[in-house]
Amino acid sequence: MINLTIDDKKIEAPDGATVLEAARLARIDIPTLCHDPRMKPFGACRLCIVEIGGLPRPVTSCTTPATEGMVVVTTNSKLERLRKTTVELLLSDHPNDCMVCIQAGQCSLQELAYRYGLRENRFKGAVRQHNRVDNNPFIMREQDKCVLCGLCVRVCDEVEGVAAIGFANRGFESDICPPFKKDLDCEFCGQCVAVCPTGALSGKMWAGQPRLEQTRSTETTCTYCGCGCNLTLHTHADKVVRVTSRPDNHNRGWLCVKGRFGYEFIASPERLTTPLIRRQKGGPLEPAGWDETLDLVASRLTAIRDQHGADAVAGLASARCTNEENYLFQKMFRAGIGTNNVDHCARY
Amino acid sequence: METQMEEVLEGIYQKTVAHGDNIITVLQEIQNAFGYVQEESVNWFSARTSIPASKFYGVITFYSQFHLTPRGKNIITVCSGTVCHVKGASRIISRIREDLKLGEDKATTKDMLFTLESVNCVGACSIAPVVVINEKVYGKMNPEKIAKTVKTYKE
Amino acid sequence: MNGEIIVNVCMGTGGIAAGAEMVMKAFEEEFASAGVENATVQSRCKLHKVGCRGFCAKDVLVDISVGGEVSTYQFIQPEMVKRLVKEHVIGQKPIKEWMAGEDYHVFHDNQTKIILHDLGKINPESIDDYLSVDGYTAARKALTTMTPEEVIVTVKNSGLRGRGGGGFPTGLKWSLCAANEADQRYVICNADEGDPGAFMDRSVVEGNPHAVVEGMIITAYAIGATLGYVYIRAEYPLAVHRLRIALDQAREKGFLGKNLFGGTFDFDIKIKLGAGAFVCGEETALIASIEGERGMPRAKPPFPANKGLWGKPTIINNVETLANVPPIISKGAEWFASYGSEKSKGTKVIALTGKIRNTGLIEIPMGMPLNDIIFKIGGGIEGDKLFKAVQTGGPSGGCIPQQYIDLPVDYEGLKSVGSMMGSGGMVVLDETDCMVNIAKFFLTFTQEESCGKCVPCRIGTKRLLEILTRITEGNGRKGDIELLQELAEDVRDSSLCGLGMSAPNPVISTIKYFRHEYEAHINQKKCPAKVCNKLLTFFIRPDQCVGCGMCAKACSVKAISGELKQPHAIDNSLCIKCGSCYDVCKFNAVIKD
Repeated sequence: MINLTIDDKKIEAPDGATVLEAARLARIDIPTLCHDPRMKPFGACRLCIVEIGGLPRPVTSCTTPATEGMVVVTTNSKLERLRKTTVELLLSDHPNDCMVCIQAGQCSLQELAYRYGLRENRFKGAVRQHNRVDNNPFIMREQDKCVLCGLCVRVCDEVEGVAAIGFANRGFESDICPPFKKDLDCEFCGQCVAVCPTGALSGKMWAGQPRLEQTRSTETTCTYCGCGCNLTLHTHADKVVRVTSRPDNHNRGWLCVKGRFGYEFIASPERLTTPLIRRQKGGPLEPAGWDETLDLVASRLTAIRDQHGADAVAGLASARCTNEENYLFQKMFRAGIGTNNVDHCARY
Repeated sequence: METQMEEVLEGIYQKTVAHGDNIITVLQEIQNAFGYVQEESVNWFSARTSIPASKFYGVITFYSQFHLTPRGKNIITVCSGTVCHVKGASRIISRIREDLKLGEDKATTKDMLFTLESVNCVGACSIAPVVVINEKVYGKMNPEKIAKTVKTYKE
Repeated sequence: MNGEIIVNVCMGTGGIAAGAEMVMKAFEEEFASAGVENATVQSRCKLHKVGCRGFCAKDVLVDISVGGEVSTYQFIQPEMVKRLVKEHVIGQKPIKEWMAGEDYHVFHDNQTKIILHDLGKINPESIDDYLSVDGYTAARKALTTMTPEEVIVTVKNSGLRGRGGGGFPTGLKWSLCAANEADQRYVICNADEGDPGAFMDRSVVEGNPHAVVEGMIITAYAIGATLGYVYIRAEYPLAVHRLRIALDQAREKGFLGKNLFGGTFDFDIKIKLGAGAFVCGEETALIASIEGERGMPRAKPPFPANKGLWGKPTIINNVETLANVPPIISKGAEWFASYGSEKSKGTKVIALTGKIRNTGLIEIPMGMPLNDIIFKIGGGIEGDKLFKAVQTGGPSGGCIPQQYIDLPVDYEGLKSVGSMMGSGGMVVLDETDCMVNIAKFFLTFTQEESCGKCVPCRIGTKRLLEILTRITEGNGRKGDIELLQELAEDVRDSSLCGLGMSAPNPVISTIKYFRHEYEAHINQKKCPAKVCNKLLTFFIRPDQCVGCGMCAKACSVKAISGELKQPHAIDNSLCIKCGSCYDVCKFNAVIKD
């Protein structure tokens, strides 16, 4: 353990912790824009600057390892002035159209503007013209709202191992784009959208739908595969309008394209809601109750086993079932029917 | 892609990546071979090395040495270092632009004979203002002298 | 040696630009036709190419040495060679009127040369020349008679500080690096000289590449590195060429590769070409660049000495720092520490340029007053104009006004007046230079070179430039000076790397010392130095105008009218103040005010 002092508080932090991590453990608030504990520190937004005894100038707490006996100051008039200027500079190169922005209410930049009371801007000047429309089915890219925190680039590289997007150009004209400024061409997992602190990245299907603040949250588990990622379904008027995942889950908040964007089936009229039975050969599939259906399946399976032997029956389980369900399924085949003909779709 | 181009790229691969060189060196070699960096050569290298194309693109657009479009036969580089600046580099640039009929945002002439660029400092401040044409350094330039010098490259 | 004839032709970038290659060829041809084939001349006549001796303004410089007596000629062109060979080489009568004058000697005599000692004397493409001036004896001494710890202690005691700008004690940096447990360490020579107005590294690599190689060998031995890199600008083709030759020669002699100097130490050097990004002069950006990434700086700590290239302990030293190492090892720490001032030991190579008579590369003991540099070595201001300021440290530095002309030039001295040593560029400005324009020039540079990673530098330098631009264009507002100062301080204090931290220095120092120029631009809409065109009015003096029509032709908005051979006039309601008429007029008839 490391003992250090932050804002006159004596703090114990685990070995290897950064100053920011130590401060957050002690519930000391330090603003950040480019930090996500799930990725390597970047040190670009300069909002988490702190003063450290013995160092001549402020340093970013996200990149500085905590050391024994360190004395840290996270807030004073000087640091707040620097942070305010940084936010003001960001806003001077931002559309500031929060009224119609999908991220309003969830936007880190908006929150900072509010925190520092930035109504006027001393630095009005040129703004980047990066508002090209990206033709892809899922991800809305409004790059003029980008603060270049690099979280999307890093999640795509560090977590997904894809690097479909990257930094391009330099200086004021820096931007983030797919190679050669083409349209985004990837699996559209949307991890970049999930980590974006502003409205620069969003889901195309979210446009015009209620913002997150207007929705009710329901915690659930993704049904697409056996990973069982935790989901938060955001509903408005009993309709799912967005899916997110919390970083404190076992899947650390990471989702794939199906879990994140594949929720339209929930309200699809084509979705099966009751069992269907074909009562006559060549006849239509008709809705039936569960008791009737299960009785039918049990009697047919028993009949086949009795007539042709247990090995005439085989079972194939689904990866979308839970482990427990799959366990019971094989138990039914081995112990109930008496055959080892049981397999799982993930093996194909 | 033409086989000939592929052979050149494979040659660059063997010369660089196979010896542990990084993508900056690769791109320098590509540019030496073709005069600029084409998208298809990046895609070829990306597939060959499994390095994402975005990394190449990021590097190309970061370093001013790399170019994504073909450049002129003659490269005129005007030094815009401090000394050249105070000794009138901007007048030299405007004279060259005028003579080559280059618009404000254009770098290469329509006939692809000249590309005009400026560089931060070629480190020849004692003979400022300096213009480098291809690899030849011309010192103590003025608008008249540069006009005459550029003319000799027009043939 | 007696009776030997040696002709040295200066073949640095400056020399070649002035026609040194043709001069060299002319000598070869003259020697051939004057009978070099004939034994009497050939056996004792040698033609050498040598590196830059610093006085590029007088190129092509040629030394002719007959029997040990050296005469230096300046401004030599190929057509002059015939007479030189005939009269001096063969006739043994020097040509007085072509010889370098008093200023050449004043320029050199007031310098103290450690780094530049052999520049202009030895052929940079010959390892034998370097060996003849005791080259590689320091590396041999270090590797065969000293322990790595002893080498570090010697460098520590010498007081050598990093010559790349920061001025960090070199020996301390080495010991921090050596203290890390690691299976590999690296040494990097930073030859990414990006400051506009600086060319010392180029000259040293061009003129004496082996000194840098030797310095790297000693550094590698001291910290235990087996691989080194030279990161050098691709814009320096001659330096790269000579460095490659030097590395090949050193390998051939067994000074690089396996078992150096017959011992157990292995070390080799690779060259990495920069690709045109100023920020890569910053240590962590340079490392990113060698790793093949965009040159975006990384936060420190961890420092490269602990975690550098590929995460391994890495020493990055600048060309000049490394070139100081061999003489320190050869002659000892005390010898080195006897030069310079209290906290800044040794000498500093300075690129002295701008509005000064003797521009060039000089080397002075640390602590020499500015006055001596500018008015003694530099010979004063060009064209008898008035001295206004000297800009030191490139885009990271500041402008020093007349009142500090006695300031000692060392790390502390320059810092005390808000400038810095930087890599050692010194640009002298005279009364015709506008300080707001100079600040704008540097901000244009840094804002283009900002990597874009951190907010204060990416957007802050852009905004600083926008404010400066509006001031120089007559749109300055009340409060702009204060706004500039506040923003400059915030960018300085919150940027990620050295580029952003120092980018505001030109703004801060010009406001500090030349506030009245800013005020004149903003309040009176006047540029006192008559540089900012938008604030000037152009008119034609009828008594000077001969009516040649050049100005009317140059005017893109047809604001100039007049009959041929009659005085012309400018219609100020149409004039866009581009200054073209002023530039083309050969009769000084166009006036700006």
